[in-house]
Amino acid sequence: MSYSVTDPSGRQKWIAATLVTLYAVITILPLLWIIGTSFKSPSDAIAYPPKTLFTPTLEGYVNLFTTRTRASEEELKTLGEPTTWYDRIVRRDGFIIAGPSRFPERFTNSIIIGFGSTVLCIVLGTAAAYAFSRFKVPLKDDLLFFILSTRMMPPVAVAIPIFLMFRQLGLNDTHAGMILLYTAVNLSLAVWLLKGFIDEIPIEYEEAALIDGYTRFQAFYKVVIPQAMTGIASTAIFCLIFAWNEYAFAVLLTSGTAQTAPPFIPTIIGVGGQDWPAVAAGATLFLVPVMIFTIVLRKHLLRGITFGAVRK
Amino acid sequence: MSMRKLKSVLAAGALTGILACGAATSAQAEDLTLCWAAWDPANALVSLSKDYEAKSGNKMHFEFVPWPNFADRMLNELNSGGKLCDLMIGDSQWIGGAAENKLYIKLNDFFDKEGIKMSDFIPATVTGYSEWPKGSPNYWALPAFGDVVGWSYRKDWFSRPELKAEFKTKYGRDLAVPKTFAELKDIAAFFQGRKIDGKTVYGAAIYTERGSEGITMGAMDVLYSFGFEYDNPKKPYELEGFVNSAKSVKGLEFYKQLYDCCVPPGSSDAYMSQNIDAYKSGQVALQMNFAFTWPGINADPNIGGEKSGYFPNPAGPDGKQFAQLGGQGISVVAASTKQKAALEYIKWFAQPEVQAKWWQMGGYSALRAVVEDPGFAKSQPYAQTFLDSMAIVKDFWAEPAYASLLQASQKRFHNYVVAGNGTAKEALDGLVSDWKDIFEDEGKY
Amino acid sequence: MLDTSIDRAARATPPAVARRIRGLSDRAIAWIFVAPSIFLLLAVNIFPLIWTIRLSFTNFRVNRPNAEVEFVGLKNYISVLTNGDIWLTMQATAHFLIATLVLQVLIGFSLAYLINKKFRGNDLWTTIIVLPMMLSPAVVGNFWTFLYQPQIGLFNYAVGFLTGTDPSSFSMIGDASLAPWAIVIVDTWMWTPFVMLICLAGLRSIPNSIYEAAECDRASKWRQFWTITIPMVLPFLMLAILFRGIENFKMFDLVVQLTGGGPGSITELTSINLKREAFEKWRTGYASAYAVILFVTVFGLASIYVKALNKVKQR
Repeated sequence: MSYSVTDPSGRQKWIAATLVTLYAVITILPLLWIIGTSFKSPSDAIAYPPKTLFTPTLEGYVNLFTTRTRASEEELKTLGEPTTWYDRIVRRDGFIIAGPSRFPERFTNSIIIGFGSTVLCIVLGTAAAYAFSRFKVPLKDDLLFFILSTRMMPPVAVAIPIFLMFRQLGLNDTHAGMILLYTAVNLSLAVWLLKGFIDEIPIEYEEAALIDGYTRFQAFYKVVIPQAMTGIASTAIFCLIFAWNEYAFAVLLTSGTAQTAPPFIPTIIGVGGQDWPAVAAGATLFLVPVMIFTIVLRKHLLRGITFGAVRK
Repeated sequence: MSMRKLKSVLAAGALTGILACGAATSAQAEDLTLCWAAWDPANALVSLSKDYEAKSGNKMHFEFVPWPNFADRMLNELNSGGKLCDLMIGDSQWIGGAAENKLYIKLNDFFDKEGIKMSDFIPATVTGYSEWPKGSPNYWALPAFGDVVGWSYRKDWFSRPELKAEFKTKYGRDLAVPKTFAELKDIAAFFQGRKIDGKTVYGAAIYTERGSEGITMGAMDVLYSFGFEYDNPKKPYELEGFVNSAKSVKGLEFYKQLYDCCVPPGSSDAYMSQNIDAYKSGQVALQMNFAFTWPGINADPNIGGEKSGYFPNPAGPDGKQFAQLGGQGISVVAASTKQKAALEYIKWFAQPEVQAKWWQMGGYSALRAVVEDPGFAKSQPYAQTFLDSMAIVKDFWAEPAYASLLQASQKRFHNYVVAGNGTAKEALDGLVSDWKDIFEDEGKY
Repeated sequence: MLDTSIDRAARATPPAVARRIRGLSDRAIAWIFVAPSIFLLLAVNIFPLIWTIRLSFTNFRVNRPNAEVEFVGLKNYISVLTNGDIWLTMQATAHFLIATLVLQVLIGFSLAYLINKKFRGNDLWTTIIVLPMMLSPAVVGNFWTFLYQPQIGLFNYAVGFLTGTDPSSFSMIGDASLAPWAIVIVDTWMWTPFVMLICLAGLRSIPNSIYEAAECDRASKWRQFWTITIPMVLPFLMLAILFRGIENFKMFDLVVQLTGGGPGSITELTSINLKREAFEKWRTGYASAYAVILFVTVFGLASIYVKALNKVKQR
């Protein structure tokens, strides 16, 4: 390795490594705390001083997935011995399981709406991006800029007319309504990002295909799409993460049927009082997939963030 | 005949038509959804409704939303014409808006037909949960759950000889259930920061929540008893000198003093669930909360049974004694397509046997036959306190503009009591001007 | 860079080739490809915007379906602009914006600068630092209320441990003087990585040869930092500020979950205030006027900023 004047010295690297590591540890601490709390018992969760060492329990997860009612001691006696491990956990505190909670539904809604809007957004976005990249579309730049600028509106402001419109169309609190909405919100950014990726694909590939007798459409999906796959994947991740995390529209436009997990998790309460381990359990199940995603796909993701931002 | 009148006559006609059909043909099995807040009583209602499911063949579904989001979510649902809920156990203050905008169906004809008499229910709950306009025999709900703000306290701490002795020397009277708010503050201050069994404890858990209705529901208890009036009893909507009277100002100042001296740390945004937490974890000697919390406290292994006692709001300086009404009536949502089955549920629910069972399971029945039963007061340690509190209730505005009125008081109270901005006089003067603007908008002047 | 590639693409499709293509014409394909997106965007973005503008001149209320809707002219605009509370909200928003931007730029740039030292394992640590910004602000914000609890919360405990104060002696969310900082801290924790990543892209775009040349001229490291690093990163930094600025102007989820606007109205940012007007008081017409004013404000500020940004870029 050749010595370069611009290379940082070993000491500099050491200092930089220490400082960055310190920051990273502080930054990850709240996240670890969420995961840790989800395995605490309610009394450990609110212990003073905060406990770092505790006996792990799945009580939070059991509470997350069930609704429970208090039962008197006589009632408990008539029921006999608990048969399952989760029954045992609940009985210990003098409760019986009354039924499942709403969490699985909300989580499923998040998955349906998240993936639904992502797929739709990618299909529409790739087509539009290709057209914007390869053809002359009238008013292209103005159109794109204006559409992008609607993202500057606070969601709460946009939600007023959407609420009215959805009410007219019967789309309030439906999966279809939320999928359309999230698609529209993501679409402008998706087109912008995808156009950049498609711009980078040399036009010669398509020309070759066209000369070989492909139609324009065949050239699009047989040549351009495979080439743009990395870009499509990282755009998809963005759309998915946005839809997964979105809160404002979800809280204003959904209630019983199509509500996603973010408005739901903060409202998890136990029988009297906020049940922090259950909230933490819900948060953990909801956040950990994204964390794993981020770590596994970091190359695409980080590139996408800077690319999307810097290009605008 | 005005258009509106015509419409309501038509609606009533249609309704009786539906009911007639209901009586003629045997009911088909339906899936009904009942919407309420997520809390202990709701779980009890699920168990209670099993009997209805067995008898009617209808399947009950439930949508329970936690209190801080309850009004938001459900009013959004009603206003958007959503069909999620067939039955709504909506908060008492919604009744004006729900009636005027026809979000609930009117129940008079149904009551007449089924022989359900409102005189069979506690009068305060009928006025509070069912009537609109208030004081007129127009019913939009059946009183479902009586509730009122009161207090629970640590009886076991109150009876410790060393604490009793110390209190006596300090205040010259016995450590006992407070008769006035001034006494209550003394007791709270006495416990504040004290070490009991090696743990630091605090005085009182009171309502301070900002987002929905918490601090208003709390401060009003004190304000009423100090002499606050919503408006001139002789001239409706005249606020000046009633909302911001010198007595009201004293009341609000008192609430702030209570907040400053005697609450556990971090109670800047506390409502029902936070107060339960504070009380159950043994942090506080006194807890302000709605009566619905008492069955849970009574059954708690750590602080329940003999360890806790209950008392209604104490009196203000002039001996006036009031309590903030809570509780809800059950209504049929106008947008529902299953109104017939929903009415059948109410009919079932109104039966005296079901109401008696409701009380046994922890639901506060509003049926007089239940609460006036000679055995009622002794049936639970908190039963007498519930009756005493129910006798002194007062409710917030139930106008269609209630949400705006509530927002204004939430903001003014929280700003003064918790954030410590301005004076109580300024807060109440500000409230008068906010409320005036709202009523002006509503065309009340 | 982008214009050239489009132009190249356009020029590179020679007429001869274009004519020989079978199937649909390019023009038809272009429209088929673009139309669904444009339709959706018009329906969900543009049409509602126009509707909002129309509503803003009426006294319409969603929860009064039976009331007559009247045209009230500029009344809603006047009452929004003369409402003292809205100016307080704007102040709260401004405080939040400025504080978060300053902190995020300082910390974000420093981190990027340090990571650019290319020590071993920097990739791993970058990923970990980025984690918070990938997560749901509502869910995370809700959990932070737990971390901020006096006594039992990790944050108060850590501060107490480091400074020796009693953890139960202060309440980040309940205290009127601390609450504005409580939301700034969480937002900074979440979004500093964004500024960091953009800065990192900027730093990596600087060719080594510039530093080598400066080294030959015997410029000190300090001088190199101010005359090369900072000016070269500045356009990137300004972009990061633009994005964070717009995002934080819209801020809703995190703060709603953290403080709900309290205590009093101290952390009631514009979005939260607007939500109360529109979805709690249901003053639809008034809230629409409010929304339009906000939109014009953001759009205006952003346009001025973008002009400044372009000037910096041209230098």
